[in-house]
Amino acid sequence: MSEPQDPRGPADRGPVDLHLADLDPDDPAYTYTADKPPLPETPEQLRARIPGWGVDLDPADRPSFPRERFDPGLNGAHWRFPERQVQHHPRERSIEHAFVTPVFGTSTPPSGLSGAVRRHAYRYSEGRNAHWLLLVAADRVGALEAALASFASRHPDDPVSETGVLSEPGHHPLRSRRGRSDVRHQVLDPVLVAAPWVAGGVLGYRVVRSAVRGVARSRAR
Amino acid sequence: MRGTVGPGGPEDRCARAFREELPVRAMVYRGPYRVRAEEKERPRIEHPNDAIVRVTLAAICGSDLHLYHGAIPDTRPGTTFGHEFIGVVDEVGSSVQNLRVGDRVMVPFNIFCGSCFYCARGLQSNCHNVNANATAVGGIYGYSHTAGGYDGGQAEYVRVPFADVGPTVIPEWMHEEDAVVLTDAAATGYFGAQLADVVEGDVVVVLGAGPVGLLAAQSAWLMGAGRVIVVDQLPERLEKARTMAHAETVDFTEHDDVVVLLKEMTGYLGADAVIDAVGAEADGNFLQHVAGAKLKLQGGSPIALNWAIDAVRKGGTISVMGAYGPVPSAVKFGDAMNKGLTLRMNQTPVKRQWPRMFEHVRNGHLTPREVVTHRIPLEHIAEGYHIFSSKLDGCIKPLVVPGAS
Repeated sequence: MSEPQDPRGPADRGPVDLHLADLDPDDPAYTYTADKPPLPETPEQLRARIPGWGVDLDPADRPSFPRERFDPGLNGAHWRFPERQVQHHPRERSIEHAFVTPVFGTSTPPSGLSGAVRRHAYRYSEGRNAHWLLLVAADRVGALEAALASFASRHPDDPVSETGVLSEPGHHPLRSRRGRSDVRHQVLDPVLVAAPWVAGGVLGYRVVRSAVRGVARSRAR
Repeated sequence: MRGTVGPGGPEDRCARAFREELPVRAMVYRGPYRVRAEEKERPRIEHPNDAIVRVTLAAICGSDLHLYHGAIPDTRPGTTFGHEFIGVVDEVGSSVQNLRVGDRVMVPFNIFCGSCFYCARGLQSNCHNVNANATAVGGIYGYSHTAGGYDGGQAEYVRVPFADVGPTVIPEWMHEEDAVVLTDAAATGYFGAQLADVVEGDVVVVLGAGPVGLLAAQSAWLMGAGRVIVVDQLPERLEKARTMAHAETVDFTEHDDVVVLLKEMTGYLGADAVIDAVGAEADGNFLQHVAGAKLKLQGGSPIALNWAIDAVRKGGTISVMGAYGPVPSAVKFGDAMNKGLTLRMNQTPVKRQWPRMFEHVRNGHLTPREVVTHRIPLEHIAEGYHIFSSKLDGCIKPLVVPGAS
């Protein structure tokens, strides 16, 4: 009498019916058949070893299944459209929005040269690289403006302590980095941090020097 | 009794009004690779459904490092980072109904209105009503103006918009470190495993053994994975993947080609699903990393994403939890098409995950606080960022403690 046929195809049988012991582990040919490769452990073994194994097997138990589930009462909002937040400053917005959203962040409104660059960037849609590249440029200009402004305040920028690099001695700087692939490019970090300061210093020195020479020349005449 | 000192009494209101004028301490971004703690104006109620939360514990997220390194456009000096935090409600706006002053709350990293097209469909991370600066991303605390221009929670106080829909009162039984990790990293790991569409017996590869990767690996087991393989290069993280997430591990620095290794490990078929829990600052290819993460010539270094495309089997699923910038990256999209892959991704709608996750945490199936390695006083924030960014001292997840010395 023949064995009863499994109505499922071999690919659907899953890991329970296949065992590594039945196969030559050095022969990968089994993965070139219709079978699913065998697993090292059965579900029973996994359930015994892993806390909670399989408790979310049923997709219905997974909070984000299905991805979209219409439920207007889901979040407890007691408005259809939120009341509008008051704008204390003209608020930049993406031109892909119809209007400034009813609620928005109020951190660091645009100002100075960086602010002008940012406002210009918002003339371009998010689909244009000009939008993002201008914003990155504004970020760099803004960092320079902030540093210059800080020197006129009670809390001037300290490019050493603000990098946190002073924490290195107490936190195993060599042992922590041994064998890591990122060490090759971590040496670029000090260059990236210091370069704007060095360039700014050189530029400032040249400006001051040319001014001094100009004054000296005008006096000599 | 009229005139006595107590909550709401005249002296209490006077003290509050005085306190509201005082500056607060906050982490402040000064420019790429530079942050410090300084005094800022106390956040104010800007909208009737706002709350002000006194932060008791915050965290630095791996994605904060993208901001710290200057990789996310429109990150303005003066901004306060921090989208993972818990605290105590200090003040509420006039329309807030569900929270009271004194409530201990955990706040999802998403800012969301609860009523727009996306929120009504459970996609709170894609809310349409909170980010004036971009339609490409929802609102996120302390995550640049590209994510809405909100100050974050690495501070003594933070403004929390839509207080009636976002924050949740922390259950009595929940550990504060579990609560703060649940506000993003843990929820994102759990969400990442869901997007991988795991079915019983699937082989799941997780790229990255940071907090998100570790929680994704734990979560993949809950969904019935037959094997979970975690790839990283840091020994302490791989050890955590073995002990906390019960996973097989691969140190990619020990192998000439990690994709070939993963193919060998999966019988030359490839994994059923790969979860990218690395994102824009991935290592493993010098040129890609320098071009993407250092010089910002692309929207991040897509090494992990390209490894995922190569290492997954044909017809498999890639779940992207890693964050990338908005400009183009050199992704091997042709291979993804030719292999018939499903690419699933999103910022995590955190609050949607919580009811089920709370059960898993209470039952010990998910252990978020196991990823915590450091507690940094807010005043030492620069050191905290450097230690985390340089991965000194086995740092996996640093918490930020306002008011600590």
